Amino acid sequence: MAARNDNPARLELRGICKSYPAVVANDGIDLRVMPGEIHAVLGENGAGKSTLMKIIYGVVKPDAGEILWHGARIDVASPAHARELGIGMVFQHFSLFETLTVAENVALVLPGNPGLDDVAARIGGVSERYGLTVDPRALVHSLSIGERQRVEIIRCLLQDLQLLIMDEPTSVLTPQAATRLFETLRQVAGEGCSVLYISHKLDEIKALCHRATVLRAAKVTGTCEPQRETAASMARLMIGRDLPKCNHPEAAGDGEERLVVNGLSLVCDDPFGTDLADIRLAVRSGEILGIAGISGNGQQELLAALSGERSTPDDDAIHVCGIAVARLGAAARRRLGLCFIPEERLGRAAIPSMSLADNALLTAHAQRMVALGMLRSDAITDFARRCIDDFDVKCAGPHAEAKSLSGGNLQKFIVGREVMQHPKVLVVSQPTWGVDVGAAVSIRQSLIELRNAGAAVLVVSEDLEELFEICDRIAVMANGRLSHAKRVTETDVEEIGVWMSGLWPDQVAGPVSAPLVESLHAT
Amino acid sequence: MQLRLEPRALQSRAMRYASPLIAAALTLVMGFILFAALGKNPPAAFYAFFIAPINSVGGLAELFLKASPLVLIALGLAVGFRSNIWNIGAEGQLTLGAIAAGWVALDPAFADSPLLLAAMIVAGILGGMAWAAIPAFLRTRFNANEILVSLMLTYVAQLLVNWLVFGPWRDPQGFNTPQSALFADGALFPILIANTRLNASVLLTLAAVVVSWVFLEKSFLGYKTRVVGLSSAAARYAGFSEKRTVWVGMLAGGAAAGLAGVGEVAGPLGQLLPTISPGYGFTAIIVAFVGRLDPVGIVFAGLLMSLLYLGGDSAQISMGLPAAAAALFQGALLFFLLGADVLVNFRVRVIRAVPLDQPRAAL
Repeated sequence: MAARNDNPARLELRGICKSYPAVVANDGIDLRVMPGEIHAVLGENGAGKSTLMKIIYGVVKPDAGEILWHGARIDVASPAHARELGIGMVFQHFSLFETLTVAENVALVLPGNPGLDDVAARIGGVSERYGLTVDPRALVHSLSIGERQRVEIIRCLLQDLQLLIMDEPTSVLTPQAATRLFETLRQVAGEGCSVLYISHKLDEIKALCHRATVLRAAKVTGTCEPQRETAASMARLMIGRDLPKCNHPEAAGDGEERLVVNGLSLVCDDPFGTDLADIRLAVRSGEILGIAGISGNGQQELLAALSGERSTPDDDAIHVCGIAVARLGAAARRRLGLCFIPEERLGRAAIPSMSLADNALLTAHAQRMVALGMLRSDAITDFARRCIDDFDVKCAGPHAEAKSLSGGNLQKFIVGREVMQHPKVLVVSQPTWGVDVGAAVSIRQSLIELRNAGAAVLVVSEDLEELFEICDRIAVMANGRLSHAKRVTETDVEEIGVWMSGLWPDQVAGPVSAPLVESLHAT
Repeated sequence: MQLRLEPRALQSRAMRYASPLIAAALTLVMGFILFAALGKNPPAAFYAFFIAPINSVGGLAELFLKASPLVLIALGLAVGFRSNIWNIGAEGQLTLGAIAAGWVALDPAFADSPLLLAAMIVAGILGGMAWAAIPAFLRTRFNANEILVSLMLTYVAQLLVNWLVFGPWRDPQGFNTPQSALFADGALFPILIANTRLNASVLLTLAAVVVSWVFLEKSFLGYKTRVVGLSSAAARYAGFSEKRTVWVGMLAGGAAAGLAGVGEVAGPLGQLLPTISPGYGFTAIIVAFVGRLDPVGIVFAGLLMSLLYLGGDSAQISMGLPAAAAALFQGALLFFLLGADVLVNFRVRVIRAVPLDQPRAAL
């Protein structure tokens, strides 16, 4: 192994170019990654980071430029070839088979034909060594996004790994989990493996990475040593101006209760799902309530019960604007003014092969898009165009397919589509997952403005920084239970972090604390 | 070495339109080889296949007469297929439509009514829908597979019409032939072109093309069925009912097939026979897919399929071509059409096993 270090760079890219029919994704990119180095690739959505990584991983062929691996020129023919070389990648959109178990998914990429018990044992070994807990027998579709990410990382680590590419890995992790991931990555790098770390979170890059290459609009705008930079100086390299901030005035907190959940208990159909136990919450008009927690603790189940995708037998459990809705379907709840933004953008919130206009119709059809059962295509296109303009969605126009948009731009469109319906209650899950700084700030600002206009907003997110930035009160979900909510001004990241393990005060104390009683005041 | 189909990120619009032409050219090449190998003169065979059947008014009339039920049924099936509802029992629904229309036509109470034909049309549509409602109900109530149920009901429908024409509805003056009495003139579609069999039922098919295009492309219900077909999670998220989509998809297919059944018994047949359709209900499945589930595409696909049937008959008669060779030629055209279609959406990548040490050898 050591003999290879004659030529210092493990991976070097020279003048990589890649164009798609509509856009130039990479324009003369140079990049050098040293052995054992954690190298950040920093840039906004659409800057060309993902395309560059796909080129390295053999998913996409560059139009021009050279890839040098240990100093020798190579063509990475396919992801299988990349894995043979020792390159592993954890995608932003995970590439796991949902109907298979963790062990089966891992076994698929391992060379030879290893038995599942053997694979499960190896997964156990890696999990323990790097602190990545996961059940090898669980079916992937039942795992949360955070858990799926662990599976992806383990899958890479089981191979003879020399370069690990991580695409926006912490978007879904709690501060503690992100810290653990960093320890894992430092440990991996310490053993000589290089890490390419794609992100737009400047604090993380400062804390973790040795070097950074910054991309903007398909070009390299600079390389730097993050430890010597400030977040602001890197932000300027990345977006070409100063970092925007959310404007978040204090909530009045005296609005009417718009969304009330009153002792919701649900047994999950899925053996790997989480049962909900006696969930109680209330969101008032003009406030944002945040639900923190590591994914897989019942958030998906709660969100499906709130949106109406799963109905609840107990009629009294959920109220929207004073009306019992627990047994109503999603369409009926939408008519009462409840809008919902799920975390899966493609395939749930939007249909990949349909145009943005047709995707606008999916939930916003009550906005005069249908007359006598017929579609009013002018109204639909007009709505989509306004949404694109008002929410600054970068795309080819209302007839662009949803799958042609980057994650951040599609999310801006989806948020815009729901906000433009003037919901009385908006339920949002992971609003800025995998979204770049600029888009994230504008999405958060839209939610705050919706609140200012009097809507009741419930945000479920794993990103604590985000919750503290936009919420008025925060509750924590753990093991299918929900804590009481605390004002953000009266708590901090550490306390919420402790609550995430299920240890909030009233569990020990027994009697319900004062703010909970107040928030549960019946309608 | 290994071949793999990969979805194309961007489909070529030009190739989308060119692919039927390429398929036609490949079929001609294959046909040339096939006919030459059989010792037939290829140009003469092509003439017998594609020109002779339609170089007269009568021939064209036959082309439209055969294409009409294919197109009609395929339009109805496309509604279901777009939302992943697999109704493959259109043949049975057609038979039930024919039985229901026959029941009205043979009832003396209706004999002189000016509305006899209209009543038969309504009865036929309802009959087809009723037959399609059985798999729809079993699917939505018990999650029974509609493919199996609708297919099996086809055989039940066949036995039902057999029982009727061998038993209660057998023509008393028919010397025990298993067939019903001939329908009165008022129970038949008027002939459109004198001395041909082309009748007014093709106008209903034309109307159905327009209606289905409006439904699929312009109506909210059509949009919902598309969403259910593309992503059930998105449909659940939007609150679109999957059960309703099953009903819409099945009933549209049943109504179209039932109407096609009326077109047969009130058209070229003029009575109920043990065999009402030469497999229109099954061929229409191919027509629907060759037409890419698009109403206009289905019209072309139906005409093509109709021409292939007429051409096969013509080539057998005039050239003495074996029936199997005619069927092979028809199959080749479909193979190339669907193959070209796949290649518009996918590309073939040749994957060579990369030797483990190859990239390092350069070091």
